[in-house]
Amino acid sequence: MKATLTWSHDNSFAIGIRDGIPIALGYIPAAITFGFLSQTTGLTAVESILMSLLVFTGAAQFMALSLLAAGTGSVEIIFTTFILNIRHLLMSASLHEKAAPDRLIRKVIYAFGITDEVFAVTATKEGQVRTGYIFGVSVIAYMSWVIHTGVGYAVGGFLPDVLQQSLTFALYALFIALLAPSMKKHRKVLVLAAFAAVLNSMFSLFMADGWSIILATILSASLVELVEPSYQKQRKGGET
Amino acid sequence: MSMNMLLLIIGMAAATYSTRVLPFLFFNAEKIPPRLEGILKNVPYAALGALIFPGALFIHDHVLFGIIGIVSAFVISFLGGSLIFVVLGSILVLTLISPLF
Repeated sequence: MKATLTWSHDNSFAIGIRDGIPIALGYIPAAITFGFLSQTTGLTAVESILMSLLVFTGAAQFMALSLLAAGTGSVEIIFTTFILNIRHLLMSASLHEKAAPDRLIRKVIYAFGITDEVFAVTATKEGQVRTGYIFGVSVIAYMSWVIHTGVGYAVGGFLPDVLQQSLTFALYALFIALLAPSMKKHRKVLVLAAFAAVLNSMFSLFMADGWSIILATILSASLVELVEPSYQKQRKGGET
Repeated sequence: MSMNMLLLIIGMAAATYSTRVLPFLFFNAEKIPPRLEGILKNVPYAALGALIFPGALFIHDHVLFGIIGIVSAFVISFLGGSLIFVVLGSILVLTLISPLF
């Protein structure tokens, strides 16, 4: 009740829902593909939807399907899930620093919904982000993920090939749309993203994706921070 | 549903949630050294770079397909398109050119 009052008072939940709509859209093809693949892998509809309900992470769920199809054991799949998601340690730490102070229990609840995309939208928003906003963004993304897993399980096979191929780009388009505006404003953002992109491209040649992304992100974020004073004067004060 | 599958799903859920919640539990956001704070502020943009590349290049057998998608998304975004417009616009471009691949 108290939470509802706070949200309606400052409107941030509704704004979060609005800003989460592009994620919800981007999840449609990904979730439909997951639902469809889980059906062809031999999961029941309940298992498929339960996985999206409880795990809520695209990359690891796809990985689980291919490992299941290859007959891999549960322990290995769970461990790989952890490795793939280890980057979230970094994202949650970053969002924890940026989010408005609030009761720990609320942060522990919204932590469940911090996917790559939810993190990207909330972390690139100017200024401090409120609890209601983070809930808004993740709730609409979560609903889309779960509902369209079910849709994909039921009808995924009927999607035309032409559309299936272009739809796989949706989440990348979302990432680019989040990056480009800040890139235009701050040269530092361009340096950070480009450096991490190059490092990840190199590391992913010989490393599991989960490690590669986190290593590239840490190296880029730290090295740029170390050399930053040399061009700090060109920085605008707008980033907080 | 088999017991095995239920345990697998619960294990995956725990593995995922733990990575998302641990920093909130063991990290005092008010007492972060300035240097670390600067690094954490850099993380979103570095992570975006790593999430886009090289993954976006390999969504199709032809690298050119991904490149056209990346360029379209950047162009629409630089022209001032909103998030939804960038997502839908670049998908439209890729749908239109996909018969060529």
